[in-house]
Amino acid sequence: MKFLNFFKKSTPQFFMYCLAFYLVILLLNQFDIISGYPLLIIEISLIYVILATSLNLINGFTGQFSIGHMGFAAVGAYVSGTLTTLIWKLSVDQPIYQTVPLFVVALLLGGIAAALVGFLIGLPTLRLRGDYLAIVTLGFGEIIRTIINNIDYVGGPRGLLGIPQLSNFTLITIFTVLTLYVLRSLIFSSHGRAFISVREDEVASELVGVNTTRYKVMAFTIGAFFAGIAGGLLCHLIQIAHPTQFGFLPSFMVLVIVYLGGMGSLTGSVIAAFLLTILEKYLLPMGLQALSSWTLPAFGFQVGVEWRMVIYALLLIIMMLFRPEGIMGMKEAKFMMPEEH
Amino acid sequence: MADTVLAIQNLTHFFGGLKAVSNFELELPQGVIWGIIGPNGAGKTTVFNLITGVYRPSQGKILFLNQDITNLKPHSIIQKGIARTFQNIRLFGNVTVLDNVRIGLHLNYNTSIWETILRTRKFSQEERKIKEEAMELLSHFNLCSRSEEKARNLPYGEQRRLEIARALATKPKLLLLDEPAAGMNPKEVDSLMELIYQIRQEFNLTILLIEHQMRFVMRICEHIKVMDFGETIAEGPPSEIQNNPRVIEAYLGKGGIH
Repeated sequence: MKFLNFFKKSTPQFFMYCLAFYLVILLLNQFDIISGYPLLIIEISLIYVILATSLNLINGFTGQFSIGHMGFAAVGAYVSGTLTTLIWKLSVDQPIYQTVPLFVVALLLGGIAAALVGFLIGLPTLRLRGDYLAIVTLGFGEIIRTIINNIDYVGGPRGLLGIPQLSNFTLITIFTVLTLYVLRSLIFSSHGRAFISVREDEVASELVGVNTTRYKVMAFTIGAFFAGIAGGLLCHLIQIAHPTQFGFLPSFMVLVIVYLGGMGSLTGSVIAAFLLTILEKYLLPMGLQALSSWTLPAFGFQVGVEWRMVIYALLLIIMMLFRPEGIMGMKEAKFMMPEEH
Repeated sequence: MADTVLAIQNLTHFFGGLKAVSNFELELPQGVIWGIIGPNGAGKTTVFNLITGVYRPSQGKILFLNQDITNLKPHSIIQKGIARTFQNIRLFGNVTVLDNVRIGLHLNYNTSIWETILRTRKFSQEERKIKEEAMELLSHFNLCSRSEEKARNLPYGEQRRLEIARALATKPKLLLLDEPAAGMNPKEVDSLMELIYQIRQEFNLTILLIEHQMRFVMRICEHIKVMDFGETIAEGPPSEIQNNPRVIEAYLGKGGIH
């Protein structure tokens, strides 16, 4: 009985759900029900979970308006990609016990580099609010992209090619679970309440003794760290790091996930990350193809993938009309909230 | 004077060309309830904002317990032991009543980020203590049964009380109340007065308040300062202020009463 009580607590529950998810996917993969492209979609979804939840810390919980999140991911991707590909020259043919520890180190260094950039951008932009902050973060994302475009060592506009495929489902799941664990521990604590107070009313927050500057910089630093890790995982999954991967449009997609899921809800970000990734990578191409097979003979034109931005916009408009608070609003699934002490 | 809590010397503040506060002086003794009154736009709230560091004064000096706090940031001033409420209630609307108070308690605890992420024993102990303390404070204000409700769903009077509870959570020595009785009916004002006396006793507070309701000010304050257009035009015990011709003039205009 005591054993069962243990699983009534939310933290063991959280890990049980994560483990169950992992085992189910692994099992389906064993029987070839999910493999190849569908598995890739799940892996990318998990990476978007990291990106969205870490952006939610900045936008949803701390109430800042950052729209250049992929800029941080670019830093992480290029730092870790450079380390594994150009400096350590790892390859998948080497034994796992050699590559995996180095890969994890590279990911963490990528995360730290991104965090450093997040810290640096956090400092001067703290006086800015709302739209102004958004413009600065947007500009910053573009600066990172332009810098990368002009560094020949990492391939410039060609991108960093030949990155070994060191990311796999297991590693991505581990990092996603760790991210979620850290964020939920952080948000449901004294520090977390301080983040939220900045969102609710910055002046009042400062006047009950919260060092708002510190918490805003902290949100940017922590958010950037996880975005950097996500960038590293992504480029070691699709084996290329390219400046266009980290431009405004992908940043926009992360933003859409956060708003769709609900500002200030980790659960919402997780759900929306899966929904939107599956929509974009799987349902949308199929749907558009089906649509084209009808429009081509009837009207003589094809509905291409570029229409996905139209679908995004429609999705946002529909959401704003019918459920402006997002899928979850500010609510959280029970296992995403650590037990109170 | 040794037991002066707050000493303000020659405080002056400009908004562009407008002199919002001019040569404001104050020596607030330990344990008193003093009030600042004056017509709208007289600069009362600006004085509060200057004391708590929301604005930096153009001139002058503010000493709290003999320490210069003139150019400190608001959160460091609060840490030294000053707390305030706001004219227009500024609660954290989307979080629970309990969390509002817990955010106020935040600065008295120092679990690091790492201990928080790893959920160490120290972290759990502190969280438990924070919750206990918050509930105790809420019980003072009759808000225990509301602890899980979102702050913005509370009725007006309870929001006012919660704001005071949140201010007390920072463990202040000096409490600044900005129009605590605004929008209250006479009965609510009476219970507010009782509450203020009670918390002064229990938390060993010195209180400085701004108020428009004369009935309330004249009864609760031991000493009143009257401001008009940034200037201090009168000062003294309530009985004296009530009959001061300059005060009557400021409120009602020249030749208003006779």
